[in-house]
Amino acid sequence: MRINRLAAATAVVATLALTATACGGGSSTGGSGDNSSPKTLTYWASNQGTSLENDKQVLEPELRKFEQQTGIKVKLEVIPWSDLLNRILAATTSGQGPDVLNIGNTWSASLQATGALLSFDDATFGKIGGKDRFLPATIASAGAAGKDPAAVPLYSMAYGLYYNKKMFQAAGIERPPATWDELIADGQKLTKDGKYGIAVEGGNVSENVHHAFTLGKQHGADFFDASGKPAFDAPEAVAAIKQYVDLIAKDKIAAPGNAEYANNQTLTDFATGKVGMMMWQSAGANLKSHGMNPDDYGVAPVPVPAGASGTKLTSSMVAGINLAVFKNTKNLNGALDFVKFMTGKDEQIQLNKTYGSIPPVADAQGDAAFATPELQALSKVLGSSAQPLPQVANESQFETLVGTAVKNLLAAAAAGKPVTDESVKAELTKAQQQMPAN
Amino acid sequence: MRQRLGRLRLTPKGLPYLLLLPALLLELLIHLVPMVVGIAMSFKQLTQFFIRDWSSAPWTGLGNYHLAVDFSAPVGQSLLNSFWVTCAFTILAVGLSWLVGTTAAIMMQDAFRGRGLLRAAFLLPYALPVYAAVITWSFMFQRDTGLVNHVLHDQLHLTSDRPFWLIGDNSFTALVVVSVWRSWPFAFLTLTAGLQNIPRELYEAAAMDGAGVWQQIRRITLPSLRPVNLVLVLVLFLWTFNDFNTPYVLFGKSAPEASDLISIHIYQSSFVTWNFGAGSAMSVLLLLFLLLVTSVYLFTTSRRRGADD
Repeated sequence: MRINRLAAATAVVATLALTATACGGGSSTGGSGDNSSPKTLTYWASNQGTSLENDKQVLEPELRKFEQQTGIKVKLEVIPWSDLLNRILAATTSGQGPDVLNIGNTWSASLQATGALLSFDDATFGKIGGKDRFLPATIASAGAAGKDPAAVPLYSMAYGLYYNKKMFQAAGIERPPATWDELIADGQKLTKDGKYGIAVEGGNVSENVHHAFTLGKQHGADFFDASGKPAFDAPEAVAAIKQYVDLIAKDKIAAPGNAEYANNQTLTDFATGKVGMMMWQSAGANLKSHGMNPDDYGVAPVPVPAGASGTKLTSSMVAGINLAVFKNTKNLNGALDFVKFMTGKDEQIQLNKTYGSIPPVADAQGDAAFATPELQALSKVLGSSAQPLPQVANESQFETLVGTAVKNLLAAAAAGKPVTDESVKAELTKAQQQMPAN
Repeated sequence: MRQRLGRLRLTPKGLPYLLLLPALLLELLIHLVPMVVGIAMSFKQLTQFFIRDWSSAPWTGLGNYHLAVDFSAPVGQSLLNSFWVTCAFTILAVGLSWLVGTTAAIMMQDAFRGRGLLRAAFLLPYALPVYAAVITWSFMFQRDTGLVNHVLHDQLHLTSDRPFWLIGDNSFTALVVVSVWRSWPFAFLTLTAGLQNIPRELYEAAAMDGAGVWQQIRRITLPSLRPVNLVLVLVLFLWTFNDFNTPYVLFGKSAPEASDLISIHIYQSSFVTWNFGAGSAMSVLLLLFLLLVTSVYLFTTSRRRGADD
């Protein structure tokens, strides 16, 4: 009797313990796509608007236009950022995925390595109107250097320093800070009466790693060496990340509560005048939805160190969304037609205008919609001082591990624990050692 | 005639197995096959380069296990830390859930006005969808705008500064609170059912003999509930130890170190770093540990009962 009970319990425990992780097994699905189902497409869009619902309202009319032109019905699914990468991984593993999908452009090389995405070689580019329609910097963020891109750019963005004009005026600050010393001095003037100089989205791993990258470039850190090996805890990287964490720890121009911000509270704080500055990408549409008038804020490049030159003048990553075709598609020609449609001049103007982003397609940029002070400032950053995040196969892991390390450091700073070169280095070393060796 | 009789005599023996066959096949398909696949994955170097066709991933033998249990290296160290955190969390959460559940069940044993209403209210956390309930908690735990700090700091002035609940060391407390809140109704429900089976006469006889409430609880209620408690504690233990939803909704994909439960840790090791082989190896280790605990638990409790009888 006892043995039976043990056996039964064994089965129960085993089931409970293993079903959580074993759901990822899939069948092997090699081979490329075909055209066996030419009348439908499934499209996974990322969340670009103020809500998933808003994205549907923006995209549905465009998809109907495409249907009128080609007779292909596009099934749309808008996927929140928190799920998108996992959904793509699951689709890759099972071979059951969309035909066309949006990916964060920083994931391009990682997803390229899985072999799940269609490569855009010259012939493929020919079918969508040519490679030279796109800005070179945006193509560089669509896959590893020296390989055919795994996607094409769809919406482009860059980070800028948003500042509240009225608060700057009230504090007697005449122009936005151009160097970090100026930013800290200005921030200290703004920090009083429960208001703070700057807000950071400290609980958001992606925001953290984007700033870590930009500051890293300014200090001369690359995070990966020439052979593609991680170098997270190099002295330059330590200095860069300490500088970011010091906004809370030493300079105290960001509120300690920022360390747990992960739901875009930064935008709310900025729009409601609780903070004077924030570093954000294409915030215009979101600020408007929070009731902030475009005249009330200015946009400048993110500060650089005094006297910097060359790549140390980097003030942003090349941010943006790429459009990829899933290799297993059952409607290859239709999928490429759809890519051509979405990257065409008319759609580029229409969609980038709505989302407040910058078109990566050169002939769409001239439209009057992109002549606002915000977008002109960001366009200039994108054209002159933006660098793509490392395009290596392990990029996704880098984002998560370094972003988490910064989150932990900000949490420590917010709790009043000392942040030193040693503690920053220890955290980064730990992140680096968790990188898979391959 | 004789032959037919013989066949009829055989049928009752074979029939139950025949009837069980569909269930057995489904069980194999739904539970055992993924489990075996998971174990196989743990011996492979299954990274992003191979997930599209994971049968092509190279075998690494025990490589993933070496990585997981090398406690002098960071991966093993953080797994060990996560393991101890999970143990402490499980003991606290199961103990408190059981205590609260038992107390409530005993207090609800005698009929009084509004008992039905209270019982229904007690079961509410169990009936709510996990995600909705936990996301509400995460709002309440926010430092600057959350209800918890409003009560503790603004109203009661218990803390000199607003504490963080979702990051840093306090996140462990937050996790235990939410977990107990979620699982004590199950203990309450099970024990309430168990209490119905204790004959009233026992209490009456005890009262006649002059036993007080405490003595009645200690000598009658708890011993009578023993079989129920045995199962209840085991189930709570397994659920709590493996709980993924609560920490994931509360902290997102990167949990603070103080509340880095093993389920989240394994998720991070496989999905976030795209190293599914290492994640599977950790899962198998977790399985072995849970099997060991369960076997020891069942072995000792059944032996004790043998001695009692």
